[in-house]
Formats: sequence, structure tokens, C-alpha cells
Amino acid sequence: MATTVIQRKKVETATPVRRVVMGLVFLALSMLILVLFALKSDPALKTTFVMNPGGIDRGLAPDWVLPGFSTMIVLTVITFLAAVYQIFVGFKKATNVVLGIVVALFIFAFLAWAAEGRSLNLGGMLSGAVLLSVPITLGAFSGVLCERSGVVNIAIEGMMLMGSMVGALVGSVTNSLLIGLIAAILASVLMAALHAVLSIKYKINQIVSGTVINIFATGLTTYISQKILQVNQSLNNPPIFPRLPIPILADIPVIGPILFNQNMFVYAMFILLAVLQISIFKTRWGLRLRAVGEHPKAADTLGINVIRTRYMAVLLGGAVAGFGGAFFTLGSVGRFDKMMTAGKGFIGLAAMIFGNWTPIGSFGAGLLFGFADSIATKLAILGSYIPPQFMSMAPYITTMVVLAGIVGRGQMPAADGEPYVKE
Amino acid sequence: MAPVLELKGITKRFPGVLANDQVSLTLNKGEILVLLGENGAGKTTLMNILYGLYQPTEGEIWVNGKEIEVHSPTDAINVGIGMVHQHFMLIPVFSVTENVMLGDETTKMGGFLDEQTAATKIKTISEQYGLEVDPSSYVRDLPVGVQQRVEIIKLLYREADILIFDEPTAVLTPQEANELFIIMHELVKQGKSIIFITHKLREVMDVADRIMVIRRGKIVGETTPQEADQEKLAAMMVGRAVELDVHKNEAKPGKTVIQISNLFVLDQLKQIAVDDVSFEIKAGEILGIAGVQGNGQTELVEAITGLRSILTGKIELLGEDIANAKPRHITELGVAHVPEDRQKDGLVLSFPIYENLVLCTYYKPPFAKGINLNYPEIIRSAQHQIEDFDIRTPSAQTNVGSLSGGNQQKVIIARELSRPIQFLVASQPTRGLDVGSIEYIHTRIIQKRDEACAIMLVSPELDEIMQLSDRIAVMYRGKILTILDANEVTKEEIGLWMAGITPDNSSASKESIKLATTDGVQN
Repeated sequence: MATTVIQRKKVETATPVRRVVMGLVFLALSMLILVLFALKSDPALKTTFVMNPGGIDRGLAPDWVLPGFSTMIVLTVITFLAAVYQIFVGFKKATNVVLGIVVALFIFAFLAWAAEGRSLNLGGMLSGAVLLSVPITLGAFSGVLCERSGVVNIAIEGMMLMGSMVGALVGSVTNSLLIGLIAAILASVLMAALHAVLSIKYKINQIVSGTVINIFATGLTTYISQKILQVNQSLNNPPIFPRLPIPILADIPVIGPILFNQNMFVYAMFILLAVLQISIFKTRWGLRLRAVGEHPKAADTLGINVIRTRYMAVLLGGAVAGFGGAFFTLGSVGRFDKMMTAGKGFIGLAAMIFGNWTPIGSFGAGLLFGFADSIATKLAILGSYIPPQFMSMAPYITTMVVLAGIVGRGQMPAADGEPYVKE
Repeated sequence: MAPVLELKGITKRFPGVLANDQVSLTLNKGEILVLLGENGAGKTTLMNILYGLYQPTEGEIWVNGKEIEVHSPTDAINVGIGMVHQHFMLIPVFSVTENVMLGDETTKMGGFLDEQTAATKIKTISEQYGLEVDPSSYVRDLPVGVQQRVEIIKLLYREADILIFDEPTAVLTPQEANELFIIMHELVKQGKSIIFITHKLREVMDVADRIMVIRRGKIVGETTPQEADQEKLAAMMVGRAVELDVHKNEAKPGKTVIQISNLFVLDQLKQIAVDDVSFEIKAGEILGIAGVQGNGQTELVEAITGLRSILTGKIELLGEDIANAKPRHITELGVAHVPEDRQKDGLVLSFPIYENLVLCTYYKPPFAKGINLNYPEIIRSAQHQIEDFDIRTPSAQTNVGSLSGGNQQKVIIARELSRPIQFLVASQPTRGLDVGSIEYIHTRIIQKRDEACAIMLVSPELDEIMQLSDRIAVMYRGKILTILDANEVTKEEIGLWMAGITPDNSSASKESIKLATTDGVQN
């Protein structure tokens, strides 16, 4: 006597339209490799990929020398075969994965062409990608924590900016990495507390509250930078977290230098990834956090303190953002410059959405954006034919394309952005 | 033995409103007490006090002979009170197990969820009380009836002994409602006690051991199903004699107004929702579309009113093909639409009544003057219609969102019926309304029929279909199985058709008859 869902007939089980369109996309990429890169390359020249990031003396690997023209012909053939298979048979569920591979091959062909007759530090590019993804991913984690509890946080940028400035200032004054880091986190938590009070207690529109914090952080850090830090350089000279090679793992060629010979922030990002992923989806705390973000009233009727859960989440999110902010000054440059975060907090927000409000997804998206950033930087150095301005647009264009293509399918917490009013 | 629950002189005052006035009631172990009252009579307020969502102004709550204080739902849960809310308190993206264990989680190793143990406990409960559900499925994939079972399991999981059901059938199909009643009887048989809040008289007669009627915050009477009948209950509830039967004259069908031939419509998932449907409706007759919800009625209505594009087929209104025409064009041809979800599709809740009343006509004189709206005229017309259609509201400026369900529906009826129309599509026009409003809306629909309007009435309530229709079409899995003359068919026969069984085929079991009809065979 179970109630059954009424089953309906399908008009078309699979949509051949999508299959064919995707195949045509593959075909177009294949042809672009042929026309843009292969046919314009000189068969006599070779491309050298250096596999060791600069300043590394462990886990070294020999350079990878490729004949540019034949490589591109091979890539054209592979992608062409993928296109043909997709058009006539279809990769079905693996379509998106194959799309990713084809795009990756396209990028590789582009690099092989751009670096033709010269050498490109591929190891450095990948290592840079990981490093550049750190602030984006940490920003995204901060967003995941807040938004899973139902509080929209567009103030990540402001929190990170504040964290990086305070980290530099306190780090310089005390000449201590640890105290600088703690100060950065506290400064950001203070910003988060403001956001929490405004949006949870006073139920101010959360976008407005976030914007207020962003503007405030921009103004305050720029003022302090101009009036204090630039005037007195000794206040803007914090120590930097050193490279911390992990024994044995750092000696693995290629992978070692990229993943296991970085500074503390990179490892912290991986640890946070595991901790957040498990605690959000496998623990009591995470279940309650998600419940509050999905249906606060339901949580309330089951005796869960909605308000307290939200405060906790926003403050924790602030701490993560502050940690990410400290990366800029204590983990990378060793100096605070105004507007130093350069929109990384906002890109982190996009990574969170692209990653479907999960830590693991946010991390993947963060890596993708970091990679786009890294290509832009390296090619600018290489002096590619493409103007560097266009290359530095790459991460932002990636963001937009990704958001436009994926975001509609994401699953946002149902009560995200809605203040909870107890009856 | 002391009653399991006793409310003594509960009074609740909101600013300017006395929601409960000295309400006292007792609930004995193993009984189903029905709290019957119209919308806004104070039933839900009373239960929210009991569940700790509101604090009473005066009065005492006694459980098992001891006075208790309930300040929060947690307090209520701790003394064994559980509530199935009218709008489910379930999280669609959580699994059944996660929903049930939330707030009372079983954990291992300090904080890690132990879903295995919880799922086993859920299975035990579901077997003990006949609440069939798969603990690992996601709530969003479950039909409403099963979601409700999850709500019930949530209470049993917390070992609640007093179960409050707040209008549980409002969202259920007749079959699901019948299944719920069987479950409720099983629960009391195993020693639970139930308070069942409703305004539907038929259900009261079906399930109650005792009935308390509440009107304007006061208990106005107590009775049992044996002593009372539906007319008597309706009179107690509304405070005056209510006509439950609809009186109507013989239909005088005129020319064909709408002709639908071989219509195919797809749903959101590109599956066939309306499957080769053909019928016609003449001026001055009501065609009822019977069927369990989800059999394509929604898509059929949307196709006819221009809200959904069709795959193939013809929809001819007075000879003009209106398939895939713009909704405004269809409206201007004289089609009125009372949508099934009045709050989502019928009204702009944050607009005042007068603006909602001109949503179809605002761009035409006298309501428009050039590119401006003629507000004095709009308000004058609104005041006229408020009187005409008996909309109970402080003023025409009141936001529609703050009206009761019945009055919201009257705003829609006023807007749609006050225009010169040829064809009315009414989709569940009385869903969730109280007896008084139902009576009024039925009268209006019949009146429109007698003014030679063609009417298509879609409703999962078999009673409503039987009372109003001249002909009845039964829709099942997207197809119109049959079209019957309303005077020559019994409820039981239609019930069988609704379950996809052709009544001539007498192999149909008794069980399926009971499931398929709205209210069994007791009327």
C-alpha cells in the first residue's frame, strides 16, 4: 500500500542534441589546435619544459624537451578522435570528464606553441598554481562555513584584507610569525563578529552588511598603509613563513617540489580541506550546521539553537579568512601593499559557488583559478604574443565562464541569506 | 488514572487579538481527539502553546497528572509531546536518517554521526507501526505522503506519546490521507494518544474518538462521531447552519466553447505529462477533471492557459487555435484561470488587494490613463468588488499576504469572474479552505455556469467533483480514461477509474476500492 511516485514516459532518454553539440565543441578545439598552433609552428624548433621550480634543490627532474610541431599534430589527432567518438557514440556520463581532458590538452598545446624555441618552467607554473590557489581556496572555505549556516558572506575580501594588513603590522612590530598570524586571524574574526551581529542580530540585509565591511576594510587598510606603513618601513617588514620541505615526500621528482616543498599555508590548506569536509558532512556539528542553513525553523523545532550555530559558523569563517589574509603578507610577499588581496576574496566566493558549497569542490575550483592565474603570470614573463593584459584577464574570464556554465546547477543552502526570526 | 494531557484554562492574547479564551481540554491514553474549527479559530495557536512555540498568557498544562512548563520545543519533546506540522519540518536535501536523527543524533567516537544505528532504529519503528520508508532515501525524492511518515517517525524516534497532527491531510491525496488514518489507528492501538487538528468534516467522522469544536478561540462544544453528523458539526464550527450540498439546476449546454484534440504536453523533465488528450466543453456546463494529483492535470491546465508550451495537438477556443498563444492573448479572449497554488501563481502577496484585483486589466482603461495607472478608479473598483465578493478585509489597501486563505481565494475569484469571460479554468479552487468559503466559492462557480460560461474544474477532491460537475473526465497517467455523465456515475466507480482500474473489470479487490475513493464507502 505504499504510495508510489507516478512514473512518466520519457520522450527521449538521452538528448542527442547535447551529445552532438558537445562533440562539435571537441571538434572546434581540435581544429583550433591545428590552425592556431600546429600550422603556425616551425617543425625545426623544439619546446623545452623545465620541470623544476626555481630555488628548489630536492626532487629534481630533467627538462622535458618536445618537438613542438609533432606534439601539436598528435594532440590534434587525439582530440579529433575524441570529437568523432562523441558525435557518433558519445561518452555518456564521462562527457564532462572528457571535456576537461580535451580542454587540458588544448591548454597544453597552447603552452607548447607559446614556448616554442624557448623554455618554459612548467614545474614552476604548477607550483605557482598551488601557491596562488591558497588564498582563493581559504576564502572559499570561509564562505562555505558561513553560507552552510545560512549567512551570506561577501565580506571575505574585506576580512582577508584586514587580516593581511594586521598580520604584517603585528608581525613587524613583534618580529614573530606566530603572533602576527594570530593577530591577523583575530582582526578578521572581529570583522566577522561585526558581520554576524549586523546580519544575525539586527537582521540587516547580508549583502549590505558585507559590502559595508568590504568598504570599511579597504578604507582603513589603505589609510594605515599610506600614513603609517609606507612612511615607516620598519613597521612593514614582517618575517615570512619559510619553505618547509616534508622529508622523503619532497624528494619525489615533479610532485615533490610542487606539493611537498611549500610553506605552511599550503599544508594548512590541505589539512583544513580534510577537517572541514569531514566535520561538515560526517559529524553532529556539521549536520546541525547544515540543518540551520537549509531550514532553520525545522532545526529550531528540534531544539537546535539556530542563532548560536550561526554566530559560531560566521566567526569560524572569519578565522579562516584571516588565516588566508595572512598568507599575502606572512606567507608570500613579506610586506603589505594597499588593496593587496586584489579581489581574491571575491574569486574565493566564486570558487565556493562553483564548488557547490562543499570544501572539496571549493578546493578544486580554487586550484583551477590558481592555475589560470599562474599561466597568466608565467606567460607574461615569457613574453608571449598575447598582450599580458589579456593573459591577466584569464582567471577572471575563467571565473565568469565557469559561473555562467555551472552555477545554475549548484545547490545553494535553502535558507542562505535569510535572517531567522523566531515567532 | 490521570489523563495523559490536560489543558486548564489556556488563554493567549496577541496585541489586539484574543486567540485562545479559557480553553480546557483533556486527552486520554489511546484515543484520537479531534480539534475541529475553521481557519483562524485558534487551533494552531493552542497547539503551538502546547509545543512550546508560544507562551500562554494564562493557564496550566498537565501531563500524566503533573503540571509542566513548556518554554521551548525541547521541553515539549522531553515530556513526550511531538507535533507533525502542517508545513513539514523536513530538510529536502537530507536523507531520511539525517532528518530523523537531527537534534537527537547517535554518535560514535565523540561527535561522528552513527547513521547505521539510527537507520536500524528507524527500521524498527517503521516495522512496528507500519510506516514504510527507506531510511537512506533523500526526502526531496519522496512523495508528500511518505514525507509525512518521516515526520511521524521523527516523533516516535524521540519516544513521543502525545502526537499532535496539525491539518495533516491538507497536502495529501485522498489515498495518502486514507493511509494516514490507518497509521493513526495503529498508533493509538499501540498506546499513543493523538490530537488531530482539522476543519474537514469527513475526516472527523472517519477517525475521531472524541470531537471538540473550537470557534473564535473558545471551545463551543464536545461530541462524538456517533452523536453528531456532518451538518451538525458544520453548524457548530461556523456558528450558523451551513449548506453542505450544492444545489444546482440542470445544465443547459450551448455551443462548444473549447475543443481540445490530441493534445500532448511535456513536463519540466521533458517527459510526457499530457498524453493524447481530447475533449470539449460547451457553454453552460462544468467538466470536472478527477484524478489523483500528479497525473498531468497541472500540465493540462498550464497548456490551456498558455503558461506551458505544448508538444502537438490543438486547443481551440471558439474556433481559434490558442495552443502556444501568449497568456495575455488567451486572457483577452475571455479565459479566466484560478490557479492551483494561489499564493505562488494567483496573487502577488506583497501587493495590496486593489492592485491584485487589476492584474489582468491594469493596462486598459479605465484603470490605465496613458502610461499611468488611474489609482482612484482602481481603488473605487476594488471597494466595489470587495463588497460584491464578500472579501473580509480591513481595507482595500491591505496586503493580500495578510489575508486568510479563504479571503485570498476570494480576491482571485473576484478578479477572474468580474470580467466578461467565456471559459473558466478552476484548478483546486477550494484547496485548504474552510467550510464557509467553500460554500461561497461553489455558489459562485455554479452561478457562472448558469450565465453560460464553460467551466473546467480540476480537483483531487472527489466530493467537490461530484457536487459541481455535469460531466466528469478521469485523468490517469496523462490520459483521459473516460468521460462520464455526473448523474449516472457513483463515487466508487470514479474512485476505481482514478486508480487506473476499469470498473467493468470486476477482479478489482475490495482493498483497491477503499484506497481509491476519497472516503471509503461510508457516505
